[in-house]
Amino acid sequence: MELIIGKYNYWVYIVLMMIGFYAMIAKRNLVKKLVGMNIFQTAIFLFFIEGATKLEATVPVIDPQLGADPTKYINPLPHVLILTGIVVALSLTGVALAFLINIRRTYHSLNEKFIMKEMSK
Amino acid sequence: MKLFALIAVIITGAALIYSTFQMPDWGDAGSPANAHVSPRYIEKSIEETATPNIVTAVLADYRGYDTLGETTVIFTAGIVCIMLLRSIKND
Amino acid sequence: MIKDFDNIIIKTVCRILTPFLQIFALYVIAHGHYSPGGGFQGGCILGASFILLVIAYDINAVKKRMTEKLNTALCSLGVIIYAGIGLICLILGANYLDYGILHRILPVDPVKARAMGTLGIEIGVGLTVMSVMVSIFLNIATGGKHEEGEAE
Repeated sequence: MELIIGKYNYWVYIVLMMIGFYAMIAKRNLVKKLVGMNIFQTAIFLFFIEGATKLEATVPVIDPQLGADPTKYINPLPHVLILTGIVVALSLTGVALAFLINIRRTYHSLNEKFIMKEMSK
Repeated sequence: MKLFALIAVIITGAALIYSTFQMPDWGDAGSPANAHVSPRYIEKSIEETATPNIVTAVLADYRGYDTLGETTVIFTAGIVCIMLLRSIKND
Repeated sequence: MIKDFDNIIIKTVCRILTPFLQIFALYVIAHGHYSPGGGFQGGCILGASFILLVIAYDINAVKKRMTEKLNTALCSLGVIIYAGIGLICLILGANYLDYGILHRILPVDPVKARAMGTLGIEIGVGLTVMSVMVSIFLNIATGGKHEEGEAE
């Protein structure tokens, strides 16, 4: 019981990650694969942010009344890394959509099996 | 085909859940992520950088080089979109 | 059938709201030192104010105000500001991106000069993020041909 209360947040993130992973490998439409990739990235961000919290701590903006005590503020380092990660996810989605527009113009379809057959002719 | 994907996803999920039994609890202040270099950032932020917001101080001052690479990544993504899609008719 | 006067509420409200959005975005960039915010967040809000105008009106209304040449020039200007501040620190004698040496140019003490250097690079990051957001949106929404309008 102690085990479940201490660790159930990790299990929620793993379920979200596996939903995105299944969408990336099992669906045949290319846009659905892209949506699965975004779900996967969101689960990874949540996992990182949740590792940075401390009990009874506040936002990492130094308050003149609380001083500079490390146990009163949450860990700022994963937040910095995730800011970079969100921007990388955005540019990845933009470039992938540009690729999909070109694929649709050349092959007139967005089905993965059809495109692989047309490419190997 | 989808059955193989489902089996792979279930095996990966089970392996990940098995590995979470060794992870630190939620909100633990002594976990390895909270204990090595971030107390130094919190303590020395005001006297070295005069910035109350610790996240901006770490992003732009202590780790400014990574933010330069980050800006280059988003600049490259904009250029790639222009190169792939933009067409100008010359007639 | 959508008549011409059905859109008048949306067009009027978006036109009134856009200056307040842009001022709020500049506020978020400038107050990155004292509250949550910074360069990336403010740049996203600035880009979103232009995208709101594209959604409410059509593309030509935005291209008259933010031409494509200006957009691409701003995109490079942000990266030049960022790398340029690092180069100024290198020329003055310290390491690359070591803002403490800027107290020789600005009339402040060495600790405050680090805060000023941080503000400078946040402005560069905000400009780049804004112009890349508008550029990616326009290219994907029209499929590359800006003259034909949206919904390719």
